[in-house]
Amino acid sequence: MEFRTPIKQARGLGASHHGAAHWWVQRLTAIGMVPLMLWLVTGIAANAGGGYLDTISWLGSPFNAVLMVLVFGVLFYHAALGLQVVLEDYVSHKGVRLALVIAVRFLAIALATAAILAVVRIAFFADLRTAFGG
Amino acid sequence: MAQFILPPNSRIQQGEHHGAPSGAANIKTFKVYRWEPDSGENPRLDTYDLDLDSCGPMVLDALVKIKNEIDPTLTFRRSCREGICGSCAMNIDGSNTLACTKAIDDIDGDVRIYPLPSMRVVKDLVPDMTHFYAQYASIRPWIRTQTPAPPDQERLQSPEDREALDGLYECILCACCQTSCPSYWWNPDRYLGPAVLLQAYRWIADSRDEDTGGRLDDLDDAFKLYRCHTIMNCASACPKGLNPAKAIAEIKRLMVARQ
Repeated sequence: MEFRTPIKQARGLGASHHGAAHWWVQRLTAIGMVPLMLWLVTGIAANAGGGYLDTISWLGSPFNAVLMVLVFGVLFYHAALGLQVVLEDYVSHKGVRLALVIAVRFLAIALATAAILAVVRIAFFADLRTAFGG
Repeated sequence: MAQFILPPNSRIQQGEHHGAPSGAANIKTFKVYRWEPDSGENPRLDTYDLDLDSCGPMVLDALVKIKNEIDPTLTFRRSCREGICGSCAMNIDGSNTLACTKAIDDIDGDVRIYPLPSMRVVKDLVPDMTHFYAQYASIRPWIRTQTPAPPDQERLQSPEDREALDGLYECILCACCQTSCPSYWWNPDRYLGPAVLLQAYRWIADSRDEDTGGRLDDLDDAFKLYRCHTIMNCASACPKGLNPAKAIAEIKRLMVARQ
């Protein structure tokens, strides 16, 4: 039997004061994804049937490259925030939950970095590849 | 991970069958969850065939009839029998509601009655509400002011400001919404739940209360408030027709408004 009052247990450690910020950034990144995804879907559709070089030169243009970097940044940020919410809902073991939240964060940052680097390489070297025929 | 299968000692078994009296014409079958903590036995589902011609119209009338005429050991809470005390909240026909305001005629087939889901059971249909009441107390649900009350009158409120409390003050804390919420099932230790958050908003929305910021501070937490994912079970369960999800959405809106 624990000699702790019900109020003591209900209050717990109090409020973290991070809840609203997490929720708000998750909403903002979701809103940001709307125009980015519209651009991405129409862009991919426009390049349907095009060859490797056409696609590379489309993606390598400054405008498209900037938007593509934004897509990966916003996408993985949103995914990390959202997956953390899922883990907090369903993983009741505190240690396992913390480990998974950290793993999701690291994975999202690693994947976003790799994806953005790929876009940067295409953007910087697209002209060269086009000139030398890939 | 969340536990989806009941442990062996919690699995519900077939219980006793109490047939209808001979000559009964209008028979309805009630299946009621029974569990005695002292017996060491598993919970069971007892079946009672009642003659509705000698029974009141509500599910609570049927439970009282069972207790009076068939099985006095059946245990449940009840008090006002008119939907204002919240004592007889239980799971009837698959949803949480008050037994005293749920008409037997509204239920097709057998009437299945269980205690409120996810709560520790004390006996039969009586759940342990200790933590729920402690969570309610934790939001300090009373007016908090810096200004002393006027010496010669009440703290005044305009009719418009009073209207802001409609849909909030009617809550009777029966916990029908609280225990219908999956987020509360998974994280009851930290998530305050729809009933307590509606009560928290009832004080945030009160024009006479002077600690709105402090109340929002206390809720700014991923678990206390933001476990709500607008599932809306709360609004469909509430026997008073209130909408806790809307109150929670208002709290979230104020959290953004003050950033």
